[in-house]
Amino acid sequence: MFTLFKRIFRASWLNFRRNIGLSLATIFILLITISLITSLFLFRKISQFLIAELEAKVDISVYFKEDSTKEEISKAEEEVSKLPEVKEIEYISREMAHEKFLQKHKDNPLLMASLQELGENPFLASLNIKAQKPEQYETLANFLENSDFKNLIEQPIDYYQRKPIIDKLSSITSVINKAGIGISIILITISFLVAFNTIRLAIFNQREEISIMRLVGASNWFIRAPFLIQGIISGFFATLITVLTFFLICWGLGPKMEIFLPGFNLQNFFFQNFWTLFSIQLLTGLGLSIFSSLIAMRRYLKV
Amino acid sequence: MISFKNITKIYPHDTLALDDVSFEIKEKEFVSIAGRSGAGKTTLLKLILAEEEPTKGRVFFRDEDIQKIKKSHLPNLRRKIGVVFQDYKLLPSKTVYENVAYVLEVIGADDKEISQRVPEVLEIVGLGDKANNFPAQLSQGERQRATIARAFIHRPDVILADEPTGNLDPYNSAEIVRLLLKINELGTTVILATHNKEIINSLEKRVITLENSRVIRDEEKGRFIL
Repeated sequence: MFTLFKRIFRASWLNFRRNIGLSLATIFILLITISLITSLFLFRKISQFLIAELEAKVDISVYFKEDSTKEEISKAEEEVSKLPEVKEIEYISREMAHEKFLQKHKDNPLLMASLQELGENPFLASLNIKAQKPEQYETLANFLENSDFKNLIEQPIDYYQRKPIIDKLSSITSVINKAGIGISIILITISFLVAFNTIRLAIFNQREEISIMRLVGASNWFIRAPFLIQGIISGFFATLITVLTFFLICWGLGPKMEIFLPGFNLQNFFFQNFWTLFSIQLLTGLGLSIFSSLIAMRRYLKV
Repeated sequence: MISFKNITKIYPHDTLALDDVSFEIKEKEFVSIAGRSGAGKTTLLKLILAEEEPTKGRVFFRDEDIQKIKKSHLPNLRRKIGVVFQDYKLLPSKTVYENVAYVLEVIGADDKEISQRVPEVLEIVGLGDKANNFPAQLSQGERQRATIARAFIHRPDVILADEPTGNLDPYNSAEIVRLLLKINELGTTVILATHNKEIINSLEKRVITLENSRVIRDEEKGRFIL
């Protein structure tokens, strides 16, 4: 058995070396396919990060009338936080709102003067609510309008002022997601077909050899195995080159991308997801070459 | 050893290759199949190798109906047969040594046996110094000698030679025939398909003559008469 494996490996490596032009072409095509899949993976992660960032910036604030007590607001907060749509809820007291305003506009003398003119704290206590998904804000607004504490709330809820922005965000994220999936499927299909046909052509080129092997008494697996191992070698090299290329890209572009995407470090992302990425690449490379070789060889083994 | 029983072979578009052909070949015989191009000689050899199936009739190899052998068991039959093709059919990406050794690898011979026998056989066919050459680096005669080395390295029961001298000059042709005779003397059945009149007449062995897809003559010590 050991001798058999040794012979098969030796034949595969020799064939790979002697048909180096064909082997390089196969590696190149596999490399493109694997790179494309890796890019789509990265693109998806970046777009998910961007969407999450945008969604995190959206919330609705419910302002409570001046005469609402702390207990009443706490009760309302407790009730709202029980809703499954609520991701985060934050209570901002009148004092906190005042303090925030002061902090934010301390350099604006006009606003500071106006505030002093008023003499008292003009801000209302509020609850800042973040939903799980942008499209859930409408449900939350409806709930608040019909709740037991609706009389404590200043109407209208600011959701209606922000509605156009929230709707737009909701539709943008949905379009990005759908288009991303659609484009990914199309690109992956095209690249798979190109890789599959390249390997098929490589084997078509050797169809005569396959039939000779059959005629001199080689069993199908004795013929197939070196071709499969050759495919595995090509897939392995293609994966290695892709990993190295993406490592260099992520390493070089990481700091520059952080300028555009604060909080998103491509370098860290690459290292954190290294094994997932490597597995995807290796599976694509090996799977594609093995599958294509098996399918392509079937016809020529019928002799 | 090999028997053809009422074999008819019709290729697509109603091309008749063999028409009700019957004969038997005994162990250790040297049989020439004579006939013009297109007479059905190659089809006959392809049927023994199970490369083609007969339209009618049966081909037996040692009492085994070749057409009843499962595809997965065909390698076992083919390992008992050595084939010399007119167009050589050497593996282009393997050296002469590797081409010949491949057959021994296929039958599971060990490394020691391979490294001992391949150089021996290459010496016999006069290619001892070309072992590391690729087929493309050989002359036509050398390629055919490499094919013969590959055909008998594993000591098959029978050697099928399909127009082995078709692309060769008279000197190389005589050399190939000499090798085939030598293999036959060592006890291997040889079936030689050729349209070369001089070769058949010089052999003075059994000749089966095909014409218009039928056997028209089967003679011990026959001659090429068409």
